[in-house]
Amino acid sequence: MAHWVDVCSVDDLQPNSGVCALIEGQQVAIFYMPKEKTVYALNNYDPFGNANVLSRGLIGDIKGQPVVASPLYKQHFNLQTGACLEDETVTIPAYDIRIENGRVKVSINAE
Amino acid sequence: MSAKQVLIVIGNGMVGQSFLASLVDSGLNDHYKIVTFCEEPRAAYDRVHLSSFFSGKTAQDLSLAEPDFFEKNGITIYIGDKAARIDRDNKTVTSSKGVAIQYDKLVIATGSYPFVPPVPGHDRKNCLVYRTIEDLEAMTVAAKTGKVGTVVGGGLLGLEAAKALKDLGLETHVVEFAPRLMAVQLDDAGGAMLRHKIEQLGVLVHTGKNTSIITDGEQCVNKMCFADGEELETDIVLFSAGIRPRDDIARDCGLEIGPRGGIAINNQCLTSDSDIYAIGECALWNGMIYGLVAPGYAMARTVAADLAGNEASFTGADMSTKLKLMGVDVASIGDAHAKTQGALVYTYQNGASEVYKRLVVSQNKKQLLGAVLVGDASGYGTLLQYCLNGIELPENPDALILPPRSDESVGLGPDALPNSAQICSCYDVTKGAICQAIEAGSTTLGSLKEKTKASTGCGGCAPLLKAVMNCELAKHGYVVNTDICEHFAYTRQDLYNLIMVEQIKTFDELLENHGKGKGCEICKPTVGSILASYWNEYILEKEHIGLQDTNDTFLANMQKDGTYSIVPRITGGEINPDMLIALGQVGKKYKLYTKITGGQRVDMFGARVDQLPHIWKELIAAGFESGHAYGKSLRTVKSCVGSTWCRYGIDDSVGLAVELENRYKGLRSPHKLKFAVSGCTRECAEAQGKDVGVIATETGWNLYVCGNGGMKPRHADLFATSLDKETLIKYIDRFLMFYVRTADRLQRTAVWMENMEGGLDYLKAVIIEDKLGLCEQLEQQMQYVIDTYHCEWKTTIEDESKLKRFRHFINSDKADDNVVFVEERGQIRPADEEERKHFKIVEVA
Repeated sequence: MAHWVDVCSVDDLQPNSGVCALIEGQQVAIFYMPKEKTVYALNNYDPFGNANVLSRGLIGDIKGQPVVASPLYKQHFNLQTGACLEDETVTIPAYDIRIENGRVKVSINAE
Repeated sequence: MSAKQVLIVIGNGMVGQSFLASLVDSGLNDHYKIVTFCEEPRAAYDRVHLSSFFSGKTAQDLSLAEPDFFEKNGITIYIGDKAARIDRDNKTVTSSKGVAIQYDKLVIATGSYPFVPPVPGHDRKNCLVYRTIEDLEAMTVAAKTGKVGTVVGGGLLGLEAAKALKDLGLETHVVEFAPRLMAVQLDDAGGAMLRHKIEQLGVLVHTGKNTSIITDGEQCVNKMCFADGEELETDIVLFSAGIRPRDDIARDCGLEIGPRGGIAINNQCLTSDSDIYAIGECALWNGMIYGLVAPGYAMARTVAADLAGNEASFTGADMSTKLKLMGVDVASIGDAHAKTQGALVYTYQNGASEVYKRLVVSQNKKQLLGAVLVGDASGYGTLLQYCLNGIELPENPDALILPPRSDESVGLGPDALPNSAQICSCYDVTKGAICQAIEAGSTTLGSLKEKTKASTGCGGCAPLLKAVMNCELAKHGYVVNTDICEHFAYTRQDLYNLIMVEQIKTFDELLENHGKGKGCEICKPTVGSILASYWNEYILEKEHIGLQDTNDTFLANMQKDGTYSIVPRITGGEINPDMLIALGQVGKKYKLYTKITGGQRVDMFGARVDQLPHIWKELIAAGFESGHAYGKSLRTVKSCVGSTWCRYGIDDSVGLAVELENRYKGLRSPHKLKFAVSGCTRECAEAQGKDVGVIATETGWNLYVCGNGGMKPRHADLFATSLDKETLIKYIDRFLMFYVRTADRLQRTAVWMENMEGGLDYLKAVIIEDKLGLCEQLEQQMQYVIDTYHCEWKTTIEDESKLKRFRHFINSDKADDNVVFVEERGQIRPADEEERKHFKIVEVA
């Protein structure tokens, strides 16, 4: 059973941008695309730059995949899967996320 | 291995220096010990652009040899020491100062001297010639007390010299013996059109005049009396009546000399002595003296190749020329006078627009033999290619000079040119060489210029070079894709125009109407920057925030560990002690690492995102504002201390720097912008290494543009001289806005200009002469940006809702535990990998 943690209100999110939340000791980057009414959650740690910064990256899409570009060295990570587009051996954790009654909920231990 | 052979080069003029460069290029400086004698007090400089000395260039600007060229390449140069004698029996050259050196091979590049007609009085006071920098200095001195200057000689050089006199502020006359100007290159009608245009510029032209004596004047220092009885009072007489080869040193040692002078050479440029070569204007090939640099360069290359054991020969040179004389376009190709048997002539004359064109074609109308263009030389490249490559003319050759009446283009497509076609005559670059460079990956105008040197001499072939490049790229199936990214099939300039024309205010609107997908980290910041340049709205507004790149989005510079650095604006590098103390207090309170930047301000590192607003509240209270170090925008205007304190200062550089920085602060641009202002030509502010550099002179401000430091340093180009402050600011306004409008993303001003067809001259035409009629608009737009300036940090800290983002966690006040500092030299720095492990272990324990 997924364990959903209530994180914040949708109003706390940054439209077309990211924020970082602390969820059970993990840093989680949450991205919000209001036009598509979509939210994404990835681990905030950039494995190339070795810093907790991904929530501050620019988001968009590359060939149809929703992505965030690292603010340090601009590698792209798929917002749904966490896969790095430039280096297929690298995937960062992606988390389940949903909006319920105006609240943002994240489950960081999937299964 | 035997000892190195000795190669002596007599003369370090343009051709002599070009020869040395050819030797170095082919590695011959490793095989020969090279010695050169230079009579003048300085090494080679650009005589072709000598008149620019009067529009602000210095002797150093004109120099052709890097200061370390000789030392670096193991070449010995005797400056200010003339080679006086050649002893062919002992193979020795002796200088006027007594230096005697034995040679194995000798190259004579003594050039020419100006011909002074033996008119009585030709050696009077203020009777000068126009060839060396010393001559120019003598002109400057004479012009200080004189009002009228007269050039004797209405040829190419004479008209150049007339421009120099005009630039010195003198009433300028040109006296020519022949019935028209540029008698060698132009026919009567062409000469008449040129005369008309030059007279309109205020130069008085007297043709068909034979000077019989120069004597005392009444109002002026000198009076010229002509054979027809007329007289002309003038303070300066400047002889520019042709050149004569300097062959005396060759004559004295018994080398073969032509009947009317010139050292006779064969196709290998060898003289009658098989160990002695002669090149340039002192050499006589096939009865011809070539008074242009390009043939001299070709001779230099021939000798270098011959010495390297490669087959090479000089087989004459094309004397076609294209130039701008006092702003008038003039060109002459091949047989301009239709001397060829059976030649047919077409002419086109437009009195209204003052254009004259003449075509000389073969009897069968298949070959172009020559051409004359006055007032509009845009067809030069095409016509020259027809002429040099024997390309068959179109059915109606006159179409080549008539204004286009329909959509059909009469220009010669670059595809029709053979690979052997010479595109750049200054550096002898063929179409084949350009194609090779393109195949090797040079796909921009800038990189082609760098790789092939094409178009880096006079620049006249730039449009043709670009046409060849585009044609080749297209042929190779290189779709020259200038789309900014997959979301917009447009260049940055296109996007700018769309935003301007349709008055688009948000990224979403632009994407909806002209793009696809959601955008990316390429197009978003680009559009964000354009919107900011054009509308100058607060960049953290809800609709803009998602467009901002790493640094802009938190108005600070992200460092490797995710912390930020802060750079408050310190205009012109001027700061009072209280402000300095305030900076120190903030740095101390927040335990920031502080460092002085290259742009004369203070950078404070190690601030966490949540600390930024607190730090800025204190900085703003102390009177600071954002320094935009995080933006693609104006960074700093560096200055030296200037005339206020400096013993040598000419003008108040700090005052101007502060004014300029306050004027342009906050302007968003395609890339960062750096300025500097120096208070005198000692140039302590290094203004010539900046996008915009200003240097004070006795006669006003000199403006330099398009320089930069960094990975590929580039010296700025002199753009305008002796400006008053108002004009200076006007030019900078226009320059910056034109750059903002037309550059590619992340393109510094230097690359922007280098890729611009027409380069610096075009830029001058747009900014100074208002060629595009844009200047008023550019100034207005700049005024709008200036009027809407606000400090982004002040706006941010005054808006509670904006501050919400400045926390590491949206749901916790904790800080990022991955940020770890250690101490070094008394300040913090990010911990490295090893230290971090240690830190964590310590913490857990």
